[in-house]
Amino acid sequence: MGNCTSLQPLQFRRLALFLSLAFKAAVLIQQWYRRYVARLEMRRRCTWRIFQSIEYACEQDQIKLHNFFSYLMDHFTPSSSKERDFISRMFISGESFKEAELEKYCDYESMEVPDSYTGPRLSFPLLPDHATALLEAFKQKQQLHARYVLNLLHETRKHLKQLPNISHVSTCYSEEVTVCGDLHGQLDDLFFIFYKNGLPSPSKSYVFNGDFVDRGKQSLEILIILFTFLLIYPKEVHLNRGNHEDHMVNLRYGFAKEVMQKYKVHGKKILKMIQNVFCWLPLATLIDQKVLIIHGGISDTTDLDMLQKIQRNKFISVLRGKKRKESNKDVEIQEINGESKVEAESSESESDLSLSPQPRPAPSITNRLEFSKWLRQTVQEQIEWCRQLVDSESEPEEPTYSSVVSLTELDAQCWTHQEEWKQILDILWSDPMPQEGCRVNTVRGGGCYFGPDVTDKILEKYNLQFLIRSHECKHEGYEFCHNRKVLTIFSASNYYEIGSNRGAYVKLGPDLVPHFVQYQASKTAHTLTMTQRISRVEESAFRALREKLFAHTSALISAFKAYDKDNTGKISLSSWAMAVESVLHLGLPWRMLRPQLVRSTVDGMLEYKSWLDDLAMEQRSQEHIQSSLLEVIYRNRSNLETIFRIIDRDHSGLISFEEFRQTWKLFSTHMNIELTDDGIDDLVRSIDFNKDGNIDFNEFLEAFRLVKQSQPILFQRPR
Amino acid sequence: MASRKDGAVAEIEKKIIEAFEVFDHECNKTVDVREIGSIVRSLGCFPTEAELHELLAKVEEEEPTGYINLEKFLPVMTKVLLDRSYQPIPEDVLLHAFEVSLKRIFIKTKCLFCLSGEPFTEEEMEDMLSTALDPETNTVRYRDYISMMIVDET
Repeated sequence: MGNCTSLQPLQFRRLALFLSLAFKAAVLIQQWYRRYVARLEMRRRCTWRIFQSIEYACEQDQIKLHNFFSYLMDHFTPSSSKERDFISRMFISGESFKEAELEKYCDYESMEVPDSYTGPRLSFPLLPDHATALLEAFKQKQQLHARYVLNLLHETRKHLKQLPNISHVSTCYSEEVTVCGDLHGQLDDLFFIFYKNGLPSPSKSYVFNGDFVDRGKQSLEILIILFTFLLIYPKEVHLNRGNHEDHMVNLRYGFAKEVMQKYKVHGKKILKMIQNVFCWLPLATLIDQKVLIIHGGISDTTDLDMLQKIQRNKFISVLRGKKRKESNKDVEIQEINGESKVEAESSESESDLSLSPQPRPAPSITNRLEFSKWLRQTVQEQIEWCRQLVDSESEPEEPTYSSVVSLTELDAQCWTHQEEWKQILDILWSDPMPQEGCRVNTVRGGGCYFGPDVTDKILEKYNLQFLIRSHECKHEGYEFCHNRKVLTIFSASNYYEIGSNRGAYVKLGPDLVPHFVQYQASKTAHTLTMTQRISRVEESAFRALREKLFAHTSALISAFKAYDKDNTGKISLSSWAMAVESVLHLGLPWRMLRPQLVRSTVDGMLEYKSWLDDLAMEQRSQEHIQSSLLEVIYRNRSNLETIFRIIDRDHSGLISFEEFRQTWKLFSTHMNIELTDDGIDDLVRSIDFNKDGNIDFNEFLEAFRLVKQSQPILFQRPR
Repeated sequence: MASRKDGAVAEIEKKIIEAFEVFDHECNKTVDVREIGSIVRSLGCFPTEAELHELLAKVEEEEPTGYINLEKFLPVMTKVLLDRSYQPIPEDVLLHAFEVSLKRIFIKTKCLFCLSGEPFTEEEMEDMLSTALDPETNTVRYRDYISMMIVDET
């Protein structure tokens, strides 16, 4: 062998051979690896799509609920005053409080705080020490005494009442402003933001852009903290109202439930106060007159001058107030309409009152323009008709606490209640879209989709640089669109599931150049590899999807049978994809999802009956309940919950057996299910939650959730 | 039968469109050119980087805009799937490849993958090592790794 820098020809050839072989092998491995990563990416995006489409489809539940109520008005003649009461209670859910009454009802001064209470004690005016004590207490999972909660809410309301509809922030006073998006009760995220960015202070301004509550389990703690800082640093802390700062939405999405569970005695008072505080939250924030921050978005009719001037507190629940001519009597006849807010045409025609308007058959959802037009008209008619009926039986209206506004002020403004309502609806509910134009947001049932041209117009009209909004979950916690003129900021990390997305907040200095900080506030998320994280989120998404499929079993069978003319019990995977989409209308890439949903096929054909049976296996065993009923419960769980909460006026979590039976009777007739009184009794008995003639509907609803499957469906169930 | 073949083609096209739409953020039938690799691979193909570049040349506009249109992509990709181009490498070949490159020839992993004809980027290298490397023994347990990559296949 020569010296180490030279090789004999033979050795050189061998080495060269080995090397080329090695590199060829490497390329092979890399090919596989890249394919693996691409598959992961596809899976991640599909999972995201599943979560989003299910989340938005849920919001369409409102429409179904509305149909139910119009059905009630149409077909149900109350045979007794008791029944009449029951029905009308569904339509008049809130009591109107005069200001003095509210104070008296939610009085806290007489509440004693026992010596045994070890939590924070608040005194007013609040000091930074109180805030620190609260943060510490919540970290230790302590609860603030109801007296202090109510006291805080009273003071917050007093403060908010003085604020204008649009807050103004200037970067010259406190160099940087931090803007946070949706928090949705995820206290860990708020803790993280404070840890990373610092607490609010005279040199640290914050804007919180709505949706503080619902879905997460610590909504109340977040409110308490935000309100506390609001009162301590009124110049530096700014809150915007979000679409979830709305008690109708809170009934459906968990905040009302959370409050009642945490404060069994005083929960109702607390909820009433919060309901009131929410409607006093400002609607928007302006930074340096250049950056507009609103929760949802804008529309082509957004008018900041109008927004400045309207009485924002009139809109307790962004519901349509009564359509009266220049009346300062705003009666809270609240439709159980939750999130299905439809823009009203001021030129709509009065419907014929003698006949109930039957909903016309809906055009296909794929033709969005048609669908939105149909939707608008149908819901509009139903609302109008229902209200007329209820009106004829309602009490003479009492002026509400908003009657403190003098008549002269009201005469001065020439906008209709409808126009004002639309302004607020649009900024709280709208979403940006890539295409130009502005159209009704049929997915959410309220607000609109606004295009880049709408954005440009608004920015130009008010001499703004860009918009900041929230309202939509984004994988990276933030996202630009409309040529970087609209920024979405979302601060609830792991929103759908651990590992699903990051949260983010944005800091703006005097140059108004945004700087982002992203995070994922979960220890678990960090210990997982990318594959594990994606798998976990995926599992969660598919569980939700399978539940949806189960809830439509009957419809799916019919759809499959249509593709199986020869009655072989099998259909092709292509037919499967088409059938499923035709039933669920989720717009998902079913062929991409198929490997996760359909495990066993024979020659590319699927035995659909056994596939559906396997789906049913995952649900809690409720064999004694007829399957069609089971399906109805699964399909309408969200609506059922809302109805129960409305009936449960004292928020006890219990409704009487009688009320339960009434609800079911009505619902089952509407759904065309045979359910005798005995059938209902069986239902109640089988779930075994009857408590002294009262039913804990939380338990009832929990009984119909998907069980977490410990074994994958890969394994055949023994026959 | 002609009709059955058409059916098969229609099904393939539907699958391609679905995969494409997953990456079509603006819902305007275009995707970022950098996502084409992910789309092609998630449809079951194993192109090398070189083959991918060839494909791109066929679907890009005359003046590359950074976006690929579904219109151009669909026929090209349909042909790829019908012709079964870019076939997967059988597992045993992959196993052999690991053994050859990592065991028999004592070349460092990083060196190998970053100097190959289709080198990994820094990011890809980090990603792969973080999943493939067993932190306790500081080795790549390639059999386990292969199983993990393959189990996903349909």
